[in-house]
Amino acid sequence: MTISRTIHVNGKARRAVIEGSETLLDVLRDQFGLTGAKRGCNQGVCGSCTVLIDRKAARSCLFLAALADKSEIVTVEGLATDGKLSPVQQAFVDAGAVQCGFCMPGMVIAATALLAEIAAPNAEDIRAGLAGNLCRCSGYVKVVAAVRRAVASKDVG
Amino acid sequence: MSGPDSIVGARLPRLEAQGKINGAARYTDDLYRPFMLHGAILGSAYPHARILACDTAKAERLPGVEAVISAKDFPYLPMGAIVKDETVLARNKVRYVGEPVAAVAAVDLAIALHALKLIEVEYEELPAVLDMDQALAPGAPIIHEDLPKYFKIFDCRFGGNVLSEQSIIEGDVDAAFPTCDVVVEGEYRTQAQAHAYLEPSAALAEVDDRDKITIWSSHQSINRVQANVCEALGLPMAQVRVVTPRVGGGFGGKMEATVQPIAAALALKTKRPVKIVLSREDDFAMMRSRHPARIWMRTGARRDGTLVAREVKLILDGGAYSDDSPGVLAFGLYMARGPYRIANFRATGKLVYTNKLRASGFRGFGNPQVTFAGESQLDELAEKLAVDPIDLRLRNAIRTGDKWVGGQTVNSSGLAECLQKVRSRSDWDKRRRARSQSGATTLRGIGVAALSHICGVLGTSAIVRLAEDGSIVLNTGAVDIGQGADTALAQICAEALQVDIARINSVSPDTDASPYNWGTAASRVTYMAGRAVAAAAGALKQKMFDQAAAMLECSASDLELVRGGAVRVAGTDKRVSFFEISLRAHYGIGGPLIGEHSFVYDGEPFDLKRTTMVGFPFSNLGVHTFGAQAVEVEVDPDTGKITPLAAWLAHDVGRAINPLAVEGQIEGGFVQGLGYALCEELVWDAGRLTNPTMMDYKIPGTLDVPLQIESIIVEETEPSGPFGAKGVGEPGIVGVAPAIANALAAATGIRIKHLPLTAERVFTALAGN
Repeated sequence: MTISRTIHVNGKARRAVIEGSETLLDVLRDQFGLTGAKRGCNQGVCGSCTVLIDRKAARSCLFLAALADKSEIVTVEGLATDGKLSPVQQAFVDAGAVQCGFCMPGMVIAATALLAEIAAPNAEDIRAGLAGNLCRCSGYVKVVAAVRRAVASKDVG
Repeated sequence: MSGPDSIVGARLPRLEAQGKINGAARYTDDLYRPFMLHGAILGSAYPHARILACDTAKAERLPGVEAVISAKDFPYLPMGAIVKDETVLARNKVRYVGEPVAAVAAVDLAIALHALKLIEVEYEELPAVLDMDQALAPGAPIIHEDLPKYFKIFDCRFGGNVLSEQSIIEGDVDAAFPTCDVVVEGEYRTQAQAHAYLEPSAALAEVDDRDKITIWSSHQSINRVQANVCEALGLPMAQVRVVTPRVGGGFGGKMEATVQPIAAALALKTKRPVKIVLSREDDFAMMRSRHPARIWMRTGARRDGTLVAREVKLILDGGAYSDDSPGVLAFGLYMARGPYRIANFRATGKLVYTNKLRASGFRGFGNPQVTFAGESQLDELAEKLAVDPIDLRLRNAIRTGDKWVGGQTVNSSGLAECLQKVRSRSDWDKRRRARSQSGATTLRGIGVAALSHICGVLGTSAIVRLAEDGSIVLNTGAVDIGQGADTALAQICAEALQVDIARINSVSPDTDASPYNWGTAASRVTYMAGRAVAAAAGALKQKMFDQAAAMLECSASDLELVRGGAVRVAGTDKRVSFFEISLRAHYGIGGPLIGEHSFVYDGEPFDLKRTTMVGFPFSNLGVHTFGAQAVEVEVDPDTGKITPLAAWLAHDVGRAINPLAVEGQIEGGFVQGLGYALCEELVWDAGRLTNPTMMDYKIPGTLDVPLQIESIIVEETEPSGPFGAKGVGEPGIVGVAPAIANALAAATGIRIKHLPLTAERVFTALAGN
């Protein structure tokens, strides 16, 4: 059985025809062509599929698409403005946090949500805020440094 | 040509970082083709069984199913890099739980998964061989009855369930051990570790009007994928093209074929594009792991701390198929002497088949296992000799000009400097003195491990072209799996030609377009492909100089590069730009300019007069890199939990082409090593993996890593390397487990010889003390 829904993603209303069991991740990727959110484990552990749902970081692989019509969704594709990376994204690039990049869309969304909640997080806040996002390449050193850099750039800006 | 504003040595972010952080980067699963089908794979339900029948009729009748394949769709065409013992789908027998038996292509994934349930496989279960003891037991069930008949690229000395038996001998250990004042001896065990790259294995295959297959996949080598697909499907290389989307990590697990042969077979059968993306559970169950190892080792020293002899007996559990395992055994033996001058050395090894997931290359390639044993023994010796562990290592450290096992001269060793840097940066002497007092509620200790690794092996090539607009096209066929090769190679090329890095167009690896590169493995891309790039750029430069000499009416030998893409008469302002040279070449005289270079690793071959090497599949390996890693830990005596507090990681990389990326490799390797040391283990029960999920197989997260991780780059120029560089892909993982085991011993007095050092294992050891 399918249902029709309007889902607000990255500031745009989009129509989707959804199977009851389809997740937000399925619809973002297969219907909207928003492939930034990644399927790393499909069971809510790795964090690669993280998106913002009403400004909170959430696992799109665990979220039923049919329930997303009341919410404002932001994916990694929606963070930049007019093609310019957000300060958090830019900090990830400049800090050298990006390696294979597969975890990065989820990681940068989690960092964005963290900074929306805590303007000046300390090291423990950062570690806790990113604890749900696994990375196999970086060892997290430059990921944490990226978030600190984003905080610093905000202070300056 | 590497002054303060040089491109080599610059801390550049990845050239492709923007697309990876804004969601634009396309990995295999992000690719969609018109009328694309989705593939799914049926894995074996048994660790060891005969396939009596495989009935796919019901699955084929399910609406939406376009093709079902099993072994009967293929002639017998075995594949394998070293021993050809594996077929694309199980034939006659299955040898591990999860081994692909059949596959489906359907209009969507749900239908494909449903169809798998309709495939009826009739098995006759056979007794399974689940560990190395069972494999070696007299009368053990034989996993590969046809092993004698398999094609092998070297004399691997097989028999029964033993796939290969190898040895390396130098000096005379039997005569040397009685002369030692102190000898330590023990058996060390290490576990299966999952690569756990974040991107599961994936491939998309499409057939064109001439039956040529194009494969986009997550891989470490376009050429190994092409070779495997061609072998498995009996196709000429001209019919298989492999191209490279972004790759979400590999760590060795994607060097040989993953799901590409199955995707290609389904695409050929359906004439439609077929995408297969493994679920995380299937990736754990079907793909690869690090080799479980058992290492018996003894090491002897004189009272003054001079290491005299080491003997090693290594057994590796290779799982059901050979993959790169014979090479892993050889490399493990080769590294087992450790980075020390030890005149008397004997290492013997066995590689056994078991009815488990195949083990394969995985960052370190046998080295983390033997280094765990060797570096544990260095500390055991230091304790018996009552000397500082770093002093003992320094006393015996391999120096520039020394010989490695096999006789190769080490032309650059920064090992002593790595040890000294770790000592000073960690405030080692103070921390060693401050180790925990008895009765403390938490116990603290710092430990160290020294290590070596190689970079090199096999063939590589590069083509550097001058494009019409005066920019540079760089083509190596080397796959960037996330480690940063595209950026590092572009830096080497830009430096060699003195152009802005934005003027380098790096070609995505494509078997139809790129020159041969064996693959992204063996820490080799910066060193090997880097050398090829530097030489190819040099060849292009010479051709540009020949053009410029004619244009400027001078001799080519009077010319020099000007930063920014121009050539001038040295010491004058008479110059021509690359663009002007290119126009002359393309439209006037001489033709488009291309520089190229190719070679096979060309280091000294093993000296078989010096060293007895039996059953060894290599004739040389690579240049040596070195490192020293120190870790401070806290141990909770009530739970046994080890918490790493800080790490100091010094690595000799020859020359850091890109220090930011080098640090990323060191830090990432360290944290993968933390997982190996403390928690990661694939666990089988009756042949079935019990923890094939990210939930149950834990890799370290942000809260599991120390707050303080210091990368320390040591640059001991390697004369043969591009701008002096050596590789750094693997070494970061190699010393972590022994450094932590040594820190645990420093904190508690307990020596555990069995990885991982779980809280349970530590608690039990503490309780028994």
